[in-house]
Amino acid sequence: MEMGLERLHLGIGAAVTAVNTAPALRSRLESFGMVPGTWIVPRYRSSDGTVTALEFRGTVIALRTRDLRNIRVAL
Amino acid sequence: MARQPVRRMTVALAGNPNVGKSTLFNALTGLRQHTGNWPGKTVGIAEGKCRRGGREYRFVDLPGTYSLTDGSEDERIAAEYIASGAADCTVAVCDGSCLERSLILALQILERTEKVVVCVNLMDEARRRGIGIDAEELSRLLGAPVVLTAAGRKQGLEELLARITDVPPANQRRSWPDPVTAAQDIARRCIRRTEDGSARWRSRVDEILVSRRFGIPILLLLLLLILWITVWGANYPSELLGKLLDMGYVLLKRLLAPLPEWLSGVIADGMYATSARVISVMLPPMAIFFPLFTVLEDIGYLPRMAFLLDGKMCRCGGCGKQALTLCMGLGCNAVGVTGCRIIDSPRERLLAILTNAMVPCNGRFPTLILLGSLFFGGAGGALAVAGCTVLGVLGAMAASGVLSRTALKHEQSAFLMEMPPLRRPRIGQILVRSLLDRTLHIAGRALKVAAPAGALLWLLARSSLLGSAASVLEPLGRLMGMNGVILLAFLLSLPANELLIPVILMALTGAVSLQGIGEGSGAILLGAGWTWRTAVCTMLFTVFHWPCATTLMTIRRETGSLKQTAAAFALPTVMGILLCIMVKLLLG
Repeated sequence: MEMGLERLHLGIGAAVTAVNTAPALRSRLESFGMVPGTWIVPRYRSSDGTVTALEFRGTVIALRTRDLRNIRVAL
Repeated sequence: MARQPVRRMTVALAGNPNVGKSTLFNALTGLRQHTGNWPGKTVGIAEGKCRRGGREYRFVDLPGTYSLTDGSEDERIAAEYIASGAADCTVAVCDGSCLERSLILALQILERTEKVVVCVNLMDEARRRGIGIDAEELSRLLGAPVVLTAAGRKQGLEELLARITDVPPANQRRSWPDPVTAAQDIARRCIRRTEDGSARWRSRVDEILVSRRFGIPILLLLLLLILWITVWGANYPSELLGKLLDMGYVLLKRLLAPLPEWLSGVIADGMYATSARVISVMLPPMAIFFPLFTVLEDIGYLPRMAFLLDGKMCRCGGCGKQALTLCMGLGCNAVGVTGCRIIDSPRERLLAILTNAMVPCNGRFPTLILLGSLFFGGAGGALAVAGCTVLGVLGAMAASGVLSRTALKHEQSAFLMEMPPLRRPRIGQILVRSLLDRTLHIAGRALKVAAPAGALLWLLARSSLLGSAASVLEPLGRLMGMNGVILLAFLLSLPANELLIPVILMALTGAVSLQGIGEGSGAILLGAGWTWRTAVCTMLFTVFHWPCATTLMTIRRETGSLKQTAAAFALPTVMGILLCIMVKLLLG
């Protein structure tokens, strides 16, 4: 099932299928190794839900939840 | 026998942010480049040297980057330096606890230059997390020498130097069309995993620190605790130091007795007394605050703080990283302003720079602490100091909010921040780093200003200049709930905020009282007609007024614009004046 990364529950892993964010952010994410096929697990969300910490390739990266909509994942 | 000529080598250190590059640089060169567990500390290029066996190595610590192709300023600097061939060897520093991600950059470096040694650092942490790395296999797959190090423990450094010395004139330059997949493949073939005993507690602690329910309360409690320990803990040493320096004053006076009165006055009552006062009120709180703050930095709490506060800062047109630079400003606003380089968007960076001086720095805490405890008692004083700090942060947020909707209107940039794993604090390093590098550095800087300013003030106090300047400022001072002397003292302490109280005392009595930092000064202030309302307005203006000269010069350097520096001067000042007038009207 494919969906936006913002809908993925904390602690549930999924594979990235597409990174459709603005080019600048996409290229930053790529340098962290987030490309289609990357296994990703949302770990924490801030108290107001605006930031989500994602674990992939042994690193944890925080991104705004609204930017996650443009990252597609498949369960 | 003729002396062998010294062979020189230039070695560049390149790698992701927060892989211990600066720790490695410091361990190799004996220098003290700032380190800490959060990405983006190294700003600009640092250089240092070390000698071993007739060779001199010049190390160049490049800014940490995640890639060489991304186009940011740091990445451009690093990529150009590596490709220029200026270095005889480039050390690609990787994080052993997160090899796969680090290798993406290492592969890009190997594509750009042939003379590379791959250094897998943080191996102590990797081993604690059950990660072993097969260096031989990694070296074979990369086609370059690989050394495993733990720079914080000085492990593997000699081998690294040996590999750097023997770096083949030209490794075979290789190319990886898809570095992300190649890094994944190589890492999988070299990593030997065992049970990670600490994973559970670390992730549990992390969960609590950033949790919805406890995250913000823990953050506030931690900041309050640090402030409280600083205020409470600094009391006794401040008094002791004051007494010691007072004994020094008596001795100095006796020594200078043969000199003409004005000269001994300039030296003892002007230079010495002002410097001694600055030291006794400033050094103890800084010597407590900086180590405590460095612990937060070292365990990796700062990025978590930015994570927790991003939503709130976002509503004010800023980003979570601004919260981090505000916290750095608590130590020293010049440091906070420089720290704004971690903010990617130019508009958001400018917002953070313009508002940084609204959080009271260590140079202003002594004033807040003294006035707070004099007029509101022990616990009341601590609360007043905490209240001033919170007000400063709220002021910075409000100003950011208004500016981001008016003069600095902008599209909110994307927020992307690495959250490094929590690390155990390295107490020894923390003490050295925070006491020697920060506390003494900042105290030294304040002293450089305090001594000449003291001499000048003493001379001014002898003339009628100080008095007449104060009377010119009297009406505005009264309007703001203070008086002319206080306002004049604010103006004269532009070089360093620590001077405020000494200047007030000098203007009131013609001398700086050292005896009994608390009671002595209290009697003088009360004698000059200070009330708790005067104290409130002075404390408010201490928080909201122009940044000190060092911070202004830093802002000028960072923005490259006189106009923006002037804005940074005017913004908190206008806010402070309006706030003081309002409070004065309210309190009557």
